[in-house]
Amino acid sequence: MKQFFKKFYLALVLIFLYVPILVLIVQSFNAGKSRAKWEGFSFHWYADLFSNASIMNALWVTVSVAVVATIAATLLGTLAAIGIYSMKKRPQAFMMTVTNLPNTMPDIVTGVSLMLLYIFAKVDRGYWTMVLAHVTFDVPYVVLSVLPKLKQMNKHTYEAALDLGATPAYALTHVIIPECKQGIVTGALLAFTLSLDDFTISYFTTSPLVQNLSTLIYSATKLGISPTYYALSSLMFVVLLVLLLIVNHRTEDNKG
Amino acid sequence: MTNLKLPAWAGWAMALGLALFIGMVALSVRRNHGVKRSLFATPYTLWMMIFTILPCILIGYYALTDANGRLTLDNFRSFWDSNYIMRENLRAVAGDEMAATVARGSVNVDTLVYSLWMAFLCTVVSLVLGYPAALFMADRKMKLGSTLVVLFIIPMWMNFLLRTIAWMSLLEDNGLINAFFDWVGMGRVQLMYNQEAVLLGMVYNFLPFMVFPIYTSLSKMDPKLAEAAQDLGCNSFRTLYKVTMPLSLPGVISGITMVFMPSVTTFFIPRVLGGGNTRMFGDLIESTFKTAGDWNLGSALSLIMMILILISLSILRKADPNGEGGGII
Repeated sequence: MKQFFKKFYLALVLIFLYVPILVLIVQSFNAGKSRAKWEGFSFHWYADLFSNASIMNALWVTVSVAVVATIAATLLGTLAAIGIYSMKKRPQAFMMTVTNLPNTMPDIVTGVSLMLLYIFAKVDRGYWTMVLAHVTFDVPYVVLSVLPKLKQMNKHTYEAALDLGATPAYALTHVIIPECKQGIVTGALLAFTLSLDDFTISYFTTSPLVQNLSTLIYSATKLGISPTYYALSSLMFVVLLVLLLIVNHRTEDNKG
Repeated sequence: MTNLKLPAWAGWAMALGLALFIGMVALSVRRNHGVKRSLFATPYTLWMMIFTILPCILIGYYALTDANGRLTLDNFRSFWDSNYIMRENLRAVAGDEMAATVARGSVNVDTLVYSLWMAFLCTVVSLVLGYPAALFMADRKMKLGSTLVVLFIIPMWMNFLLRTIAWMSLLEDNGLINAFFDWVGMGRVQLMYNQEAVLLGMVYNFLPFMVFPIYTSLSKMDPKLAEAAQDLGCNSFRTLYKVTMPLSLPGVISGITMVFMPSVTTFFIPRVLGGGNTRMFGDLIESTFKTAGDWNLGSALSLIMMILILISLSILRKADPNGEGGGII
């Protein structure tokens, strides 16, 4: 009975989380434009999606910004984590404060402050200013995922490698990096997801001429949103779900 | 697409910085002993200086100056009294008597208080809904723990704006919920464009941020502690209240932080579901920057918000001095 109640409660919460998503997916197949009326099944909005230049362009901006920002943030963050790890206590504490600072700032303040930086430096906002902003909010997450892995590592492995004749560069790429590989992957995935879904910071750091999906959707809500966007997000949702299932399947295979 | 126009000195400075850094690393790698690996953090340090510390300083700078760059406290006066500038202009033209007829405009302060209240409500509702969910997920008899975590994450892959818009089609006058009410014979009800709709949207979007940290701290807990309490005669409510809840406190605290912060500052949810009837502080900051184009007042508002958040964070940290609260999973 108790167990049933627990499952029932969890099911209710999950229904609450999934209902809007199901509604979006169903509406993406609605033949009509109205949100309220079901006018028959159709792929109309999916066809429309691929011929819609502004959505395709925004999709390209979103994905390319996420990829570039993730690569840059992962490189910068991994190097930084190794550096911070080998620092003395005082500078290390300072660097940790700086790393945690963006976490305590609301998105809107981060966005606004970067906008002020671009205004102050007289840089026109656009694609690259958005990339720089994304790298900025991504890096701390990479640092915070790599650092714990370094702390777990046996300190003497690196020294042993040096004693056995490895150059520091060789020891770095063959001992330290493999040890914290898992942290690097986690950090990169986190950075990519955050970057893909960001609205507030992108909104303040780009120009109306360069839109990512979120800012495009935001400007579309003012005019009434077309079901084409539902089709797009349903597609993206399914792609991510399939990717997750593949990854899950593979890890299970590896275990077995 | 590439419309980055940096001043010439910035390019040179960057190139110089990069060359210096590569030189330093190369030098330290070549020396076999005493390798300064701490130098690896240099690009990151520079990056954070330029893109995090400097922007924060700029917010302070713009907040304390006027449009001509003169030092002033007018922006904070305008926060307290939105008619301040108007009254001062009137004073200059028509004298003190006329100026006295302009009453204090409390719109900014009211908006701040209202946002704090809404964020508080959202945090309480998320905690009340989320704590049992996390508790049941961490239950060892459930056997589904990690699958459930994934089930809570998946909805967050749908674009945040579209998820919020989806609520519109549920809540609208001719939306699905009202269609159901109509069908049952209850008649249609106005569900959108009010405070409850905004609250619903906020709870919907931020609930997972409450569930994850609590789940993390609960699943790290030693189940033997709860068993021991029961062996010593506690009933299950007493065990929950005296053992489990205190042990999950770090998770609760980081959950509260992660829900409270974005809910004070959100501007999309109140705009879509509140339809302009409810104005929140994030909304105010956004329109001050983007619509009014007043960077100075906007910076002052952002600064006030940042200070408020830092104060509430430090109060919360006091409750959890070890800072052991789990982050997102």
